[in-house]
Amino acid sequence: MISRYRRRRLLNAFNLTMAVLATVFGVFWLVWILWTTIRFGAGAVNLALFTRDTPAPGASGGGLRNAFVGSLILLGMAVAIGAPVGVLAGTWLAEFAARRRLGAVVRFLNDILLSAPSIVIGLFAYAIIVDPSGRFSAYSGGVALALILIPVVVRTTDEMLRLVPGSLREAAIALGTPYWKLVTRITWKAAASGILTGILLGIARISGETAPLLFTALNNQFWSTDLGHPIANLPVVIFQFAMSPYSNWQSMAWAGAFIAVAFILLLNLAARMLLGRRRPRA
Amino acid sequence: MKVIAPRSVPAGASRLSLDVLFRKFTGAIALLVTLSLAGILIALTRESWPALHRFGWHFLISTAWDPVSDNYGALVFIVGTVVSSVIALLLAIPVSFGIALFISEMAPRWLREPVSAAVELLAAIPSIIYGMWGLLVFAPWFGNLEPWINDHLGAIPWIGALFQGPPMGIGMLAAGIVLGVMIIPFIAAIMRDVFLVTPQALKESAYAMGATTWEVARYVILPYTRTAVTGGIFLGLGRALGETMAVTFIIGNANNLSASLLMPGSSIASVIANEFTEATTPLYKSALLALGLILFVITFVVLVLAKLLLLRLDRMEGRQA
Amino acid sequence: MSATPRIHTRSESSETVAAAGIGTVKIDVRELNFYYGRFQALKNVSIEIPARQVTAFIGPSGCGKSTLLRTFNRMFEIYPDQRAEGRIVVDGEDILKSRRDVALIRARIGMVFQKPTPFPMSIHENIAFGIRLYEKLSKAEIAVRVESALTRAALWDEVKDKLQQTGTSLSGGQQQRLCIARAVAIKPEIILLDEPCSALDPISTAKVEELIEELKNDYTVVIVTHNMQQAARVSDRTAFMYMGELVEYGPTEGIFTKPARKQTEDYITGRFG
Repeated sequence: MISRYRRRRLLNAFNLTMAVLATVFGVFWLVWILWTTIRFGAGAVNLALFTRDTPAPGASGGGLRNAFVGSLILLGMAVAIGAPVGVLAGTWLAEFAARRRLGAVVRFLNDILLSAPSIVIGLFAYAIIVDPSGRFSAYSGGVALALILIPVVVRTTDEMLRLVPGSLREAAIALGTPYWKLVTRITWKAAASGILTGILLGIARISGETAPLLFTALNNQFWSTDLGHPIANLPVVIFQFAMSPYSNWQSMAWAGAFIAVAFILLLNLAARMLLGRRRPRA
Repeated sequence: MKVIAPRSVPAGASRLSLDVLFRKFTGAIALLVTLSLAGILIALTRESWPALHRFGWHFLISTAWDPVSDNYGALVFIVGTVVSSVIALLLAIPVSFGIALFISEMAPRWLREPVSAAVELLAAIPSIIYGMWGLLVFAPWFGNLEPWINDHLGAIPWIGALFQGPPMGIGMLAAGIVLGVMIIPFIAAIMRDVFLVTPQALKESAYAMGATTWEVARYVILPYTRTAVTGGIFLGLGRALGETMAVTFIIGNANNLSASLLMPGSSIASVIANEFTEATTPLYKSALLALGLILFVITFVVLVLAKLLLLRLDRMEGRQA
Repeated sequence: MSATPRIHTRSESSETVAAAGIGTVKIDVRELNFYYGRFQALKNVSIEIPARQVTAFIGPSGCGKSTLLRTFNRMFEIYPDQRAEGRIVVDGEDILKSRRDVALIRARIGMVFQKPTPFPMSIHENIAFGIRLYEKLSKAEIAVRVESALTRAALWDEVKDKLQQTGTSLSGGQQQRLCIARAVAIKPEIILLDEPCSALDPISTAKVEELIEELKNDYTVVIVTHNMQQAARVSDRTAFMYMGELVEYGPTEGIFTKPARKQTEDYITGRFG
């Protein structure tokens, strides 16, 4: 009995040690990636990065101004389309379909869309916008990003609205408030921080997305704010520059990566602080 | 009450229609979001029709990929996608289980949140960063390791063939490892959640018999959460199958099949990302879109399975609340 | 109140029970204090629990009776902010200070919980699991042990044809007897029952109570219950606890017919709790 017991205890100690090592392993990668991004990226950040446009192959100097602005334009378009659509769809799920079968189906399919490969979303945007219009455009990139943003916002809006206590709704209805007013004036307000968190997490998710932009917004070496034409954007520039053989391009890619990661981590931090523990799974 | 009643009556006339309008409008938008899934399927099918029509079912089993003679097949990329995802799962499943076990059963309460947050941050880092870091930092480091893998694993009969080849760093194995790290947060988060909602009394019963923490985890917690854990793994698999940028950077982009995991390969997503804007003939483009359709169908099936398995988790959490 | 008398002196019939060697003390608790973080849940508890008898703990919820029970197998140790101070001597060994691994202590002390907790495995495996933790036996030997444990728990006849079904397929009462069988199978000396009938219907409760009567022939049984009738029916000795202190302890009959302390009387006559 004792030797059997000793074996069990050894196995336990071994496996628990492995569990600790697994955790260290996971955290180690995070630290390794963040550390290299800071090491190679932070040093490469300079003023020219924000005031000059992307340089031609082999040329020295230049910056990422057009890529930053292009990315902000794309994000702006995605939020302008995706946030209202997502909030409205999430509102329907929580307020009108919470216990209906159709609601369950829509919620289920929305979760599928949430995890669908972003490259497929990009191909979809290509098929419905780029192909018919005959050219790559900032529009199509914005739509592709919006399609990725929407399911995130739908899910958080739905979850957050369902957390609003029913008694609040009943109290308002008892006063004779029409339902649309109840939703827009009371439950949206009660869940505002949660819905905002969903949008922030959605922006964090799309601001690093590269694959869907490859065949929609494409890229543009020059300054452009024309929505009907290809537009420079940070992820695709990072992709091209990191893959390139030029060392100044690579170091610019690191600088861009550093700024992108800092931006995304700040958004995540903001979302965490807004919600604390009620943070939804996304 | 007397004050409110008269005021609400005149509003009542338009209230009904506004309420109905609001419900119908939001409902239409929700339906539209859902229908975009069908839209993806229809649009991709239409765009890939020329290729599907030309090659038929043969497209799925052909290893040809020749833009010069306009002859295309998907097999190389399907295999690459599946192999890199399987490597990712082999790495991610045990590591995620260890992390979830550590968070739910071992870590002191104050350490739970920071560790959970750190692992979740792995999911927040965009895949382009993983890719660039993988190409410029991980692959050179891994390349130094490969001669050792060659000498040791490569010498083993049968599986040795998997570990032959020049030490380039990039390749199927390196892509699978980075992919594995990327899906750890998804699998670990679900495992942690279900481990934490396993009834305390059940764990205590096993501890009361003198079971060790490992035995409680292996024989009580894991069987109890089996369905949701499988769902979490499928969710991770869905992510791995469709992951594009990280794989494109590291997999090596060779359009042929190779027995060795150290050799470069290609996945569906990586070949689309690499070649789409260079696809000059309509058939070439259509073949790439057909690859996208295949990827969509595969991930759709995997994700549906994942979600069906995870419905149980939602119910468990619902009961707790 | 703090001047609780040395309670074990009340056992006036100690010389009669000592006859068959069953009057020996199995668990000797000395000045036990217990803390949940800063909250003190047990205050200076001392009690002697005799071997091969049923000892019941009663008292209003939150009085510390379950907490006390959970110190006997050091169950509290899996929670980092809980700790116990004092001595719990089982067969001459202070288990709180013991250098031996806690699993070996728990092997001698079985426990059954409020709600039935069948493991997510077959009925057969539910029993075999615990046996295999300590002994390496052949399949046939395990089958014998499983049958005897299930027979012991008066469950064999009901489940012998469906041993491969999952434990959760049984009714609540059957599940609880399965848990008792599971505890018995690893041949403990002490069985701790933490409100074992509170989730059961009256018929199942009667069966479990019968079983407890049986068990005391071979085991030292300690039961926590909020059901005073149950304590009166099944136990030989009863301890009344209140606010983390042991108020009164003695033969069950005495406690229920002529309690020595006012608080005990108030509780058993239903004036509070």
